[in-house]
Amino acid sequence: MTFKSSVEIITEWDIVAARQLGRDEAKALGFGIVDQARITTAISELARNIYLYARVGVIEVEKVETDVEKKIVVIATDQGPGIKDVRQVIEDGYSTSGGLGAGLPGVNRLMDSMVIQSVVGEGTTIRAEKRLR
Amino acid sequence: MKQLESQYEKILSDYMFDQSEKNLYIAQNFTRQLIQKNISPEDVVNIHKNAVGKIFPDRVGEDQPAYDFLIEVMVHYGMAHREHQSLLQIQAEYEMEMKIATNIQKTLLKTVVPQLSSIDIGMISIPFRKMNGDYVHFLHDREDYLSVAVTDVVGKGVPAALCMSMVKYGLETLEYAYKDPSYVLEVINRVIEKGVDDSMFVSMFYGCLDIQNSIFSYASAGHEPALHYSAKQGKFFSLEAKGLLLGVLSESKYSYNEIFLEDKDIVVMMTDGVTEFRSREDLNSREIITSLIVENKHVSAQQLCNILYKQIEKILDFKLSDDFTVVIIKN
Repeated sequence: MTFKSSVEIITEWDIVAARQLGRDEAKALGFGIVDQARITTAISELARNIYLYARVGVIEVEKVETDVEKKIVVIATDQGPGIKDVRQVIEDGYSTSGGLGAGLPGVNRLMDSMVIQSVVGEGTTIRAEKRLR
Repeated sequence: MKQLESQYEKILSDYMFDQSEKNLYIAQNFTRQLIQKNISPEDVVNIHKNAVGKIFPDRVGEDQPAYDFLIEVMVHYGMAHREHQSLLQIQAEYEMEMKIATNIQKTLLKTVVPQLSSIDIGMISIPFRKMNGDYVHFLHDREDYLSVAVTDVVGKGVPAALCMSMVKYGLETLEYAYKDPSYVLEVINRVIEKGVDDSMFVSMFYGCLDIQNSIFSYASAGHEPALHYSAKQGKFFSLEAKGLLLGVLSESKYSYNEIFLEDKDIVVMMTDGVTEFRSREDLNSREIITSLIVENKHVSAQQLCNILYKQIEKILDFKLSDDFTVVIIKN
């Protein structure tokens, strides 16, 4: 079973709404308090990236429950400038976080997996997943 | 995790009982375990929160939200911490690569000083950093000709070493053409100009000794002038030669010069690391070098090189600021 809900990111306060959605879904799925915080932080980073670099976009949160696994899937989509060198932005030390560990490498660590699809001039879709263990 | 949690709870409850230094010491050792097992800060806060909840079940409602707040804050510290760890690992990899590269460079750019019966040759080359930006290349044809190239790449470290290996292979492909210094510099100049990026320049002094006729011919590409000590006159002559640094213009020309070497004459070739006393600009480096040579003119060429290095190092208070290379030929 899959439940999907989404938040449009237009103003900075929409980041809060996206966080709330992620936390509620993570909690409902049975994630512990620490993983809830991790998922929320990851969503926050993705939403912030949209707000800062693409201006507008959408954060979708999917709750996936099957017989074999339970997981949360976060999809961030925007029609922003796109990422020229995807490999570079997931490298440590590159991100604009200035050594704060945030940015996309941070999201990658907070979640179990992250896939980036981006076309320069068209936009970016980032899909990050975290399984319930 | 479950085991760590119960250990933590035990240590904390012991501490809450008597607040002794011993328990804090146990906690410190336990922290080491947590770090080794890569437990992130937010997890530690959660372990603490759960332990407090178990030790003081009646207080759960009051301070648990405060812990949840702290977990949220610590998630970011955890991210920074993990990035730091991964950067440390990357650094270790770089250092490993650097070590390998240094070893390859040492093998690749190893200078073999020829042992000839009729002339005495000495050489010393000490890198300022791990990788040497100076390089000396000898070529000789039995006891008839000896040629030597003393080079200095403008720049240090890995880029300089990479550029230098190109100079070396350029010199090696010259085969029998090595007897004409100005031609050699023209060829190497084209090799460097074509193959290396524009920011890379090399200075080179190239000398060739016709051993049978005691004629020393030379050319220079923006290199530190060599010194010729005339034993008969008891005087030094600076072997200046016109020519641009290698790698600047593809069609550079280099002037050909020659001198006649008499018995016991000495030729000293060096890089600017020897003559530039950056930490002691008040001293006249040429005067110091020439008087050291005169004082020690009777020792072997190799000993003379060693003395120059030791003495200059001492004068500069062991603060050399560049690669240091000297080649000495005694007729």
